[in-house]
Amino acid sequence: MTDSKEIKVREKQELTSPAEQTTPGMVFTPQVDIFETDKEITLLADIPGVKSDKLNIDLRDNILTITGDVEPVEASREEDVLIEYETGRFYRQFTLSEVIDQNKIDAKLGDGVLRLTLPKVEKAAPRRIAIKAA
Amino acid sequence: MIYRRFFGFPSWESRNPFAELERMKRQMDRLMEGFTGPYQRPDAGVFPLINLTESAESFFIRAELPGVASADLDIQATSNTLGISGERKIPAENKDARWHRREREAGKFSRIIAMPSEINPDKVDASLAHGILTVVVHKAEAAKPRQISVR
Repeated sequence: MTDSKEIKVREKQELTSPAEQTTPGMVFTPQVDIFETDKEITLLADIPGVKSDKLNIDLRDNILTITGDVEPVEASREEDVLIEYETGRFYRQFTLSEVIDQNKIDAKLGDGVLRLTLPKVEKAAPRRIAIKAA
Repeated sequence: MIYRRFFGFPSWESRNPFAELERMKRQMDRLMEGFTGPYQRPDAGVFPLINLTESAESFFIRAELPGVASADLDIQATSNTLGISGERKIPAENKDARWHRREREAGKFSRIIAMPSEINPDKVDASLAHGILTVVVHKAEAAKPRQISVR
């Protein structure tokens, strides 16, 4: 399926945020893949230029927030000739419908791709309550 | 500061002091696309989008290529062009998985960039880090700016 397909140009999507940013700079929405199995939810996000120490993943009240800052790479002696894409922060938020086991969340960052594994909480086994005769 | 104009590049003339205006122009173009149909894109319209900068000795070409392995990249240089081609592979996931979002794309890409001035194809250095490809191309001796003293 992927053999013959050519990648089309897609401009980076600038975030139209309901809340105003406190820091200057542009904010982009990363492209993501999300899939779910019985055990876990996996999220893959393209965040080129984000180093692991600048990546922030936050999960509270079922809201998952991914924030990644991109540092400018150009040296000061460089002059722009042709600028086709901008860099800035990556930001995206998701509401999770499943209960996630917070202790087992696993995040890997490699080649500008974040792979986030969110294991679901194992359903509590039904417990039988024995009634003692009084 | 010396501004050098160059041709043979897709509709791009203004330089750094107007970066903000350029950005606005691009946003306007994008907005207008919805009303007027296809238009001349400000960028070449070929994946990957690149940023080209220069210093006195070299050109720097950068492209965002997340998830592309360096083994799947092919970079070729001639005296006035630079070719970047390759393939982005997204490994297949568990078959039982139910997909909620599928925005990331896999596929092949190929782009040839016309350099604004002659380059030295023997002195090309490419690196891939954090999903960003950086190609440093040395300018040909003839294309380097020279300081001329006035007698």
